[in-house]
Amino acid sequence: MSAPPRRKQVVNLTGLLVLLALPPAAFALGEPFLISVATRIVIAALAALSLDLILGFGGMVSFGHAAFLGIGAYVVGILAHHDVESTLIPFLPGAWHGSAAALVQWPLAVLAAALFALLTGALCLRTSGVYFIMVTLAFAQMLYHFFVSLPAYGGHDGINLWQRSMVPGVDLSKDWVFYYVCLFILLAALAVFSRIVNSRFGMVLQGCKQNEARLAALGIATGRYKLAAYTLAGAIAGLAGALTANQTEFVGPSLMHWSRSGEILVMLILGGIGTLYGAVAGAATFLALEEILTSLTEHWMLFLGPILVFVVLFARRGIYGWLVGPESGDD
Amino acid sequence: MTEPILEVSGLTKFFGAVAASDVLTFAVERGSIHGLIGPNGAGKSTTIAQLSGELRPDAGRIRFAGTDISAWPVHRRAHAGLQRSYQITSLFPDFTAAENVALAVQARQGHSFRFLAPAREIPSLREPALAVLGRLGLAAKADVPASRLGHGEQRQLELAMVLATRPKMLLLDEPTAGMSRTESRRMMGILRPLKGKVTILLVEHDMDVVFALADAITVLVKGKAIITGPPADVRANENVRRAYLGNY
Repeated sequence: MSAPPRRKQVVNLTGLLVLLALPPAAFALGEPFLISVATRIVIAALAALSLDLILGFGGMVSFGHAAFLGIGAYVVGILAHHDVESTLIPFLPGAWHGSAAALVQWPLAVLAAALFALLTGALCLRTSGVYFIMVTLAFAQMLYHFFVSLPAYGGHDGINLWQRSMVPGVDLSKDWVFYYVCLFILLAALAVFSRIVNSRFGMVLQGCKQNEARLAALGIATGRYKLAAYTLAGAIAGLAGALTANQTEFVGPSLMHWSRSGEILVMLILGGIGTLYGAVAGAATFLALEEILTSLTEHWMLFLGPILVFVVLFARRGIYGWLVGPESGDD
Repeated sequence: MTEPILEVSGLTKFFGAVAASDVLTFAVERGSIHGLIGPNGAGKSTTIAQLSGELRPDAGRIRFAGTDISAWPVHRRAHAGLQRSYQITSLFPDFTAAENVALAVQARQGHSFRFLAPAREIPSLREPALAVLGRLGLAAKADVPASRLGHGEQRQLELAMVLATRPKMLLLDEPTAGMSRTESRRMMGILRPLKGKVTILLVEHDMDVVFALADAITVLVKGKAIITGPPADVRANENVRRAYLGNY
C-alpha cells in the first residue's frame, strides 16, 4: 500500500521512450534494418509476456508455448495462401477463399490459438510440475509434426506470404509502420495484463502459484481459473504468431519447434519472471545478443549459456528486477 | 443443539494393511466444540483430510448440514462452509496478512472472474479482512508478508483466513502445534468465544486444551472410535485410559 517506487517508473519510461524513438533513430543512423530487429523484439516480448501470465503469476511452466505462435502464424498464412490462389479452404463449412485483411486474419489467429489452448489446457492442467512441462511439450511437438507432414501448406518448407496483412488506411508493408502497430499491441497487452494480475482473478492466479491446495481448501475451484489464464496466454501468443508471420512474410513448422518454446522461456528468465515488463527486457536482451554474437560466431549460444547462468544465480528477478532494484517488491 | 451438523458413518480408509479409518462412525452437534483425540497414528489427520475431501475414503458416507457430501470435491465442501486448518500452517507466503485474508473473503463472495479492478483496493474485500485480523490481534501485522510473521502469528493468520470465509464448521488440525504456552492460551481465547456460533472439530495433542474447550470428545484408536461422549465420561472410561491416556 506504499507509494509506487520511483525507480520503476523511470525504468519503464526510459524503455518506452527508447522503443518509441527507435525508428527515427534507425533512419538517422542510416541503419533501417534495425527496425526489423526491433520489430522482432517487440513481437517476442508479446509472446514472453503471455508466458509470464501463466508462468510468472500462475506457476504453470508451459514448455509448448511456440505451438500457439505457430497456430497464429499458420492461420494468417493459410488465409493469405487461399486468398492469393483463390482456392477454397478445405474442411470448413461453406465456401471461403481466405482473406488478406488483418481484421479477419488476426482475430481468427487469436481465436484458433485460444481454442487450442482451451482444449489442450483442459488436459494438461490435470497434471502439474514436471508432468505439465512434458505434456505441454508433447502437444506442441504433435502440432509441429502435423504441419511438417501437411504438404498442402508446404510441409517442411512452409508458406511464403505475398504481402503483409491488409489494414484499411495503414500501410503495413512499410517496416516502420508495422513496427509501431506491433509496439501499440505490446503496450496495450502490457497495460491490460498489469491490471489483470492485480485483479481478483490475478490474486487467485497468484494464489495458485503460492499454494494451490490452500485455495481449494478455502473454497475456490482453482482449475477453471488456471484454464482461463492458460487460454488467455494462448490467445495472446497466437496474436504474436500472427505478427511473426507478417514480420517474416513466411510461415513454417520451425515456428513451433520445441526450441522456440525454449527461447521464449529463456527470454522470460533473462528478463525476470513474474514482472511482466521483464518480458520486454528479456526479449530485447536475447535478440540483441543474438544479433551481435551471431556476427562474431555461429556458436552464439555458447556465450548465452554463461549469461543465463549468471542471471539465474545473481539476479533472481532477472534483468528487469535488477534494474528496478529490490524495493519494487511484487507489482 | 440437537441435530448433528456432521455425521460420519462407516468411514473406511486403508493404506495397505494399515487402517487409518476403520468403519469410523461419529456425529458432531451443531455449535459444539468436538474434540478428536487419540494416540499417534490413530488416524486423526487422515479423518480430517477425508472430511475436507482431500483424501478419498475407501468406503463410508459423510453428511454435512443435512446433505451427503461424500462425492464433493474439496472446494465445494469448503464453499458450503466446511473449512479446515492444517497441522503444518498453510498460507500464501508472498502475500501480506491482509491479502491472505482478503483472498479468503473473495472465496466466500463467489466467482473471481473479475479481471480489471485492483483487488487490493476493493473495500468489500479489504475491510472484512482487516476486521477479522483485528479480532485475532493481528491488526498491526496487516501489511506484513505472511512469510515474515512469527510461527504463532502464522497459525493465527490461518485461523483468520478460515474465519473470514464465515464457515459453518471448522476442522482444526492441532491449532496450537508448535506454539508457546502463552500463544497456546491466546489461541484458546480465540476459540472459546466461537462456541455456539461455529461448530469445531478439534484435533489436538494438548489434553489441557481439549478438556478445557470440548463439549464432547471422540477417542480414536487404530481408526476406530472407541468412545464418543462428554469429557467427564471420556476421562472416566477404562478403555480410554488403557488405550491412550495412561498417565494422564
